[in-house]
Amino acid sequence: MQTDSSTLAGPQDYFALLKPRVMSLVIFTAFVGMIAAPGTLHPLLGTVALLSIAVGAGASGALNMWWDADIDAIMTRTAKRPIPSGRVPRAEAAAFGGFLSVLSVALLALASNYLAAGLLAFTIFFYVVVYSMWLKRLTPQNIVIGGAAGALPPVVGWAAVSGAAPLEAWVLFAIIFLWTPPHFWALALYKRGDYERAGIPMMPVVKGEASTRRQIFAYALILAAAGAAPFLIGMTSAYYLVMAVALGAVFIWLSWKVLRADQEDHSPAKKLFGFSIFYLFALFATILVERLVILYA
Amino acid sequence: MPDAQETKAPAPKLAALSPDEKKQRDRRNLAIAFSLGVFIVLVFAVTILRLGSAGAQ
Repeated sequence: MQTDSSTLAGPQDYFALLKPRVMSLVIFTAFVGMIAAPGTLHPLLGTVALLSIAVGAGASGALNMWWDADIDAIMTRTAKRPIPSGRVPRAEAAAFGGFLSVLSVALLALASNYLAAGLLAFTIFFYVVVYSMWLKRLTPQNIVIGGAAGALPPVVGWAAVSGAAPLEAWVLFAIIFLWTPPHFWALALYKRGDYERAGIPMMPVVKGEASTRRQIFAYALILAAAGAAPFLIGMTSAYYLVMAVALGAVFIWLSWKVLRADQEDHSPAKKLFGFSIFYLFALFATILVERLVILYA
Repeated sequence: MPDAQETKAPAPKLAALSPDEKKQRDRRNLAIAFSLGVFIVLVFAVTILRLGSAGAQ
């Protein structure tokens, strides 16, 4: 007699459903939002709030894997995920993601406030329904609009501490929002075959590589300018501006190399993808260090 | 009137778990128990803190 596939799943498979690598970026950017926000939150409440945001992000990742199990099975990058590899049944992933979504929003409301909880609920809704169910298979602008979900965590973190979502929080949102297209399109350039096989209308599949490279470069220019915005609105010091300009210059330079590369040469795109992760980390780390210095110096 | 014994549906055969599957099930159960424990402690601690701060105000 055959046993259900869930009998083979271990806790690590359910953890993998939460997309831990994406979750780590969410935790970091939300933490920066919490530290940058005015006001204070009891350390335990702050930790629970951050945990809730992390679990909420993980829950939306599990729901995304539930919805996209068919295309994940086709793409080499995602074929080993718990559902397409048969370790976790699809329905269980849906129940797991749904349960954690409710739990994370409720816990955030309890630990901080309803605005933060509402923003977290909206983030989950936007990622699962607007991006995964609607835009991803419909338009090459999928990750442009869908990027809003990934950009919201610092706003949620800010709201958790201050109970408000002012301009400063939305500047952090804008940086991640503008960072998302060049980041994912760089990946899509060298994983184009995967997306093509799965029928996902990513920019290189629909508009071609030349157009995608031009758009990556355009976004790099806008992103570099947006990176300086926290200084321009008086949120950070000149040290941050120096860092933002230097990082932005490298981003533009690497995007230029992608633009000028031969059609078959994907190494510049791989370099840009790797650097883009460092770029976001370094920019937010600079804000974090500055705020910590102000708080404790 | 038919005998109750006759109308009763046969009990479904339970799948026999291999030692590996049993091990994985035990690990899952432990992880669920641990997560529930953490959740209960967190809700308790957060409630006490919130009540304390509300009382102070």
